[in-house]
Amino acid sequence: MLKPRIIPCLDVNNGRVVKGVKFQNLRDAGCPVELADHYQQQGADELVILDVSATREARLAMLETIESVRRKLFIPLTVGGGVASVEDANRLLNAGADKVSANSSAVKNPELINQMSTRFGAQCTVVAIDAKRDPAKENFWQVMTRSGTQGEPLDAVNWAAEAQNRGAGEILLTSFDRDGTRSGYDLELMRAVTAACTLPVIASGGANSVAHMVEAFENGAHAVLAASIFHDRNMTVEDVKQELTASGVNVRI
Amino acid sequence: MIQIINTGVANIRSLQAAFDRMQQPWNLTENIDDIVSASHVVLPGVGAYAAAAEAIDRLGLRESIVQRLNDHDAATLCICLGMQLLGKASAESPGVDGLGVIEETIERFDTTVQVPQLGWNNVVPSPTNNQTMFEPGEAYFANSFRLNSPPAGWNYATTDYGGQFVSCLWQGNTLACQFHPELSGKWGQTLLEKWAA
Repeated sequence: MLKPRIIPCLDVNNGRVVKGVKFQNLRDAGCPVELADHYQQQGADELVILDVSATREARLAMLETIESVRRKLFIPLTVGGGVASVEDANRLLNAGADKVSANSSAVKNPELINQMSTRFGAQCTVVAIDAKRDPAKENFWQVMTRSGTQGEPLDAVNWAAEAQNRGAGEILLTSFDRDGTRSGYDLELMRAVTAACTLPVIASGGANSVAHMVEAFENGAHAVLAASIFHDRNMTVEDVKQELTASGVNVRI
Repeated sequence: MIQIINTGVANIRSLQAAFDRMQQPWNLTENIDDIVSASHVVLPGVGAYAAAAEAIDRLGLRESIVQRLNDHDAATLCICLGMQLLGKASAESPGVDGLGVIEETIERFDTTVQVPQLGWNNVVPSPTNNQTMFEPGEAYFANSFRLNSPPAGWNYATTDYGGQFVSCLWQGNTLACQFHPELSGKWGQTLLEKWAA
């Protein structure tokens, strides 16, 4: 059966990897090509690159970054951030992405998911959901767009189910509340989404230990995304996989 | 020179990057002469069964591809959908003719498992094989359909996803992989190097 996947994530701005807390206060974390190669050598199962740049110039630079990373990379690469059209997705695939992730634009124009899936296939079509817990309600998460700055009148769990119906092949589920906080993944969110759709779900936001990853897998995640834990050199992907194996999680070695 | 058949429906940047790393020159072709005479030919595949079959027919390449696949001295690599095209037909696109190099048809995964199968899984060569292609390994898959049972006369490997399916076929220099060797880490790269050598 399929192996639970460990996916380092590179947030890239202007050709550099950055990392923030709750999507803010970005700080430099290195060169994307070097880090991508580093992580695959350590045994990463896949890589996610998110374009967090705000300017058009930086977006064009992103295509060059993807091309450079692809030259090195022999594991799957998902690219997201600012994907507004099928043409945007096509440009990223041509630059070397294997999957493309849509977020804000899919919320604004859900038909984009259908279009991407029809043109490139479900296995290429990832829908990224940034979910923010509503403290006033029990187990309700609001969809956030525009890098977490805008709340949408949309239930994240329902949105995941709709994404599946529209042809998505995978959900990248980020807890806005946990992102960069190192307090663990939002497990209730993970359970709610995996109950509402049957797609592979990547848990994202909050990982600081292997125990957090084990919890995510136990609560339905097919893969775990992590950034700080790797960028800060607290642990290598290899360390993480050894500990997961010792915890009884059957990862790829 | 490795000639990659341009079905127009496949995302092949990762494959090209893999050949570049191996310093193996490649070319994208729609030309019969290339398919007949090249030392190495790849039938890639991401996308829909019907679209790929139609592209092959529109380019008039069906006969030359079938001929090459039946000649196991010629190095030919079929990846993912490319492997499924070996079959007579597929549940993905009823009524569309596959290449018919093998008698079997391609079926959808069992309803007990999620599709697409997206991720890493074990690939285990059959103990009955008479030609060794690789050691057991882990490979990256992205597929909703699969070959259920091995065709007679082929060496094969199996993978478990809601039951065993055939994840690789080979005979002489003909190699067909349901997984993506170009995305399957060092193990996949070793397999590509062996095929291209």
